[in-house]
Amino acid sequence: MTPERPFAEPWQAELFALTLALSEAGQFTWGHWTEAFGATLKRHGATRELDGNADYYAAWLETLEGLLDGSGLAPKPLADEMRDRWEAAYLSTPHGKPVRIAD
Amino acid sequence: MPHDDHDHPHSLLPPEPALRVKALESILVAKGLVDPAAMAAILDTYETKVGPHLGAKVVARAWADPAFRALLLTDTNAAMTRMGIGGRQGEHVVAVENTAQTHNMVVCTLCSCYPWPLLGIPPAWYKSDAYRARAVREPRKVLAEFGVTLPEGRSVRVWDSTAEVRYLVIPMRPDGTDGMDEAALTTLVTRDSMIGTGLAEAPQ
Repeated sequence: MTPERPFAEPWQAELFALTLALSEAGQFTWGHWTEAFGATLKRHGATRELDGNADYYAAWLETLEGLLDGSGLAPKPLADEMRDRWEAAYLSTPHGKPVRIAD
Repeated sequence: MPHDDHDHPHSLLPPEPALRVKALESILVAKGLVDPAAMAAILDTYETKVGPHLGAKVVARAWADPAFRALLLTDTNAAMTRMGIGGRQGEHVVAVENTAQTHNMVVCTLCSCYPWPLLGIPPAWYKSDAYRARAVREPRKVLAEFGVTLPEGRSVRVWDSTAEVRYLVIPMRPDGTDGMDEAALTTLVTRDSMIGTGLAEAPQ
């Protein structure tokens, strides 16, 4: 059997682990997750055929962002702000040094 | 080729979705809603531990041991537990056996439900619209694209997975394997044969 890497990119693996960890911490059931994710896939797939890879994880991320925004655990304005802080941290951290955001 | 450090005075900016995942993760960790150690354990499990080699062990035992096969077909989870296999997305698994009359094939039309403890993370094609939409509508055409042509008269049954029930296909034991032990049989069981988009391999 040829081993196949389960995730094409590290962020996909992190997104997967984050979602599972949240579900196991009781933030949502897996049934609820699959319903929401299925709905996003259906919406995205209405206009084009999804490839099951980059498209799939883009839909996954959008679903999780939506759930966390809706529940207030990670409201969109806060998520946007944190995203910008991470970008700034990457741009200001010398190459080879660990990238961190200030508390 | 030497690495041109001067071209990258700062760290390489990861792709946009990676920044957005990091944003969510840092918010949730700061709030104490997610434990980074739990995330690391999940990553380790799915990147290095579970995979189709586990499902292959179950199938090979079913081929080699009639009592185990009977248990696998009547109470799949009990059979999995006996082999020390279990975990999330494997709470309720149903094993379906291919025969000379029926070929079984598994899909998840909603999203990508899959028996993780037995097969690991599903391949991209399993998650694609092309497979999800067509497996139910035209299974024989899909099988043909996977290089599988079934004999005349064999029916195809497609099982639609859900968050509650996952399926494992037990492929037919290939001819010419009578003298093979369980470990040798394991090597013939491919991932696709346990989804139903392939057959078990013939012995060398």
